[in-house]
Amino acid sequence: MTTTYRRLVLALLLAPALLWLFGLIVLPHVDLAILSFRQRVAPRQYVASLAQYRTFFSEPLYWHVFVRTALFSALSTAVTLVVAFPIAWTIAKLARGRASALLFVVCLIPFWVSETVRTLGWMILLRESGVLPSLLVHLGLAAQPPELLYHDATILVGLVYTSLLFMVVPLVGSLESLDNSLIEAAYDLGAKGGAVLREIVIPHAAPGITAGCIVVFMLTLGNYLTPTLLGGKNSLWFTEQIYNQFITRFNWEQGAALGFLLLALSTAMVWLGLTVSGQRFSDVMRRA
Amino acid sequence: MSSAPPAAAAGAAPDLEVRRVTKRFAAHTAVNEVSFSVARGSFFSILGPSGCGKTTLLRMIAGFIQPDTGDIVIGGRSMAQVPPNRRPVNMVFQHLALFPMMSVAQNVAFGLARRGVGRAERLSRAEAMLERVGLGGAGSKRTDELSGGQRQRVAIARSMVLEPTLLLLDEPLGALDLKLREHMKVELKQLQSAFGTTFVYITHDQSEALVLSDHVGVMNQGRFEQLGTPQELYYSPASAFVAGFVGANNRIAGKALAREGALVELESAGWVVRARSLGGIVPGSPVAAFVRPEAASLARTPAELPGGQQVHAGVCIALLFDGANSAVLLREARSGLELRIALPQTGALADLAPGERVCFSFDPERAICFPADAAGP
Repeated sequence: MTTTYRRLVLALLLAPALLWLFGLIVLPHVDLAILSFRQRVAPRQYVASLAQYRTFFSEPLYWHVFVRTALFSALSTAVTLVVAFPIAWTIAKLARGRASALLFVVCLIPFWVSETVRTLGWMILLRESGVLPSLLVHLGLAAQPPELLYHDATILVGLVYTSLLFMVVPLVGSLESLDNSLIEAAYDLGAKGGAVLREIVIPHAAPGITAGCIVVFMLTLGNYLTPTLLGGKNSLWFTEQIYNQFITRFNWEQGAALGFLLLALSTAMVWLGLTVSGQRFSDVMRRA
Repeated sequence: MSSAPPAAAAGAAPDLEVRRVTKRFAAHTAVNEVSFSVARGSFFSILGPSGCGKTTLLRMIAGFIQPDTGDIVIGGRSMAQVPPNRRPVNMVFQHLALFPMMSVAQNVAFGLARRGVGRAERLSRAEAMLERVGLGGAGSKRTDELSGGQRQRVAIARSMVLEPTLLLLDEPLGALDLKLREHMKVELKQLQSAFGTTFVYITHDQSEALVLSDHVGVMNQGRFEQLGTPQELYYSPASAFVAGFVGANNRIAGKALAREGALVELESAGWVVRARSLGGIVPGSPVAAFVRPEAASLARTPAELPGGQQVHAGVCIALLFDGANSAVLLREARSGLELRIALPQTGALADLAPGERVCFSFDPERAICFPADAAGP
């Protein structure tokens, strides 16, 4: 009697989340999967086929953009890790009490502004007639105002900036749980800074590092706005290809196939990352 | 690695010399002009209540804190400007600080790896060291698979494998339960004499310091109150603080009445006793006298007490049975002061009941009296 009652309560409590998961994630994906495996042969006439996937493999542009997006996202994740680590270390180990909370808020502040506005802000700073190029001319560092937008480096800066917080948070969590006396013990036993980092800090923070990398990699891979706005027409980002198929060309079948390929890519990369770093997904997600 | 007994090494050059070391944190002086030296191969303890500056002192010896003034000399070499990873000193941390990401053998081999010892050699040396501390074959275990006592031995092995001039121990027994602590005390003493390495041990537990040490420095408010052997601290404390802190003691606070040679007569709430005077005591000034529980004799009638001693009366409050350490808690008849007096080992008074009238006496030479200036415990 009571077990039935408990189960009912549990089911009711989980119902909103399950409905949300099912209605907004599972159902559309099932629909997209069906879409991606069919081909239009005549108006309103479709047949099951692998044509959409075949197009992807036979068209070099898709391939090129796919690989570029994957490598670029991995690079961006690595840069974010390198930038975020000292910030997380400062928050977790060096700053005390209020200062630590304040630093966290400073990391959070950019997220009060919508991503679109933030990215447009970058454009105002970087475009040819923008703030930074005129400053360079004013300081005599450039004869002509340089165009700082539409470079790969600009996209990288934008992506790192957008992802930083999602790397800092799990890193702070895993570094805070590191007992300071372990670091002191390592020094005491003759270790130098590099050895302490390699032997003590990184192994301890590994689940946090992996969690941060997974989140940042997924966010970067699926980002549309930042590469498109900062990179312009030549950003060659895979999400942009998907957008084009759906919106510009009304080729939903091709768009759905590309979407699934992106999903496969991010799953494969996360699996690869976990395998290489020797982490387990459940451990990592507990830290994230 | 020499295993010479400490007695043979006595008189050799000191392994550690602390010279007038001072450390201030903002307005607080944690360590104030402390000087001492520790002979090679001896077991030295720094004993004091929490907040007395002993941890700061130990961290300065390890190199984690720089002294404001003064010098620390280890093995004849000044340690000013020498970082912790280059000092011939290793430390056993309060919570041991074993590396949880490594196996037991990797923990022990960690320091050797930092010195560039090859993998095969450092693993065989780690295994040999584990063998010495009685953990042979445990090298492949994870640190959380070990018991508290085994973890402590790993922490000691991890330091000792580097053959330091000095091993520092920061209250390593503090986190253990009582039974294990008693056991580890004995084990620590045996390990120290087996290795022959100089140990510097800090603790707030006077019994640990007395049992383990060759010499003890009693520290209070950033200064050494007394430096001596455990026997000296116990039988001839140099200050009221040491008398109150080291071993069980009855404190009788009062006013000096008169001096009779080496003795002083004092009065505490109407109760007059005599004790050996230490320090310049002027009649009329406040004093504190101390009587050890085992220095007093206890009986039901005055006739049973040793002759020639002043007889005091009291009422039994409680019998504190603890085997050989049994004592009776009584209230002195005139002053109402609570005193703790040891029960005779014969078990003669073991049937004493609360409320019973008893009498007691003590040799004034075995009671000591200090001027009561500093705040005692």
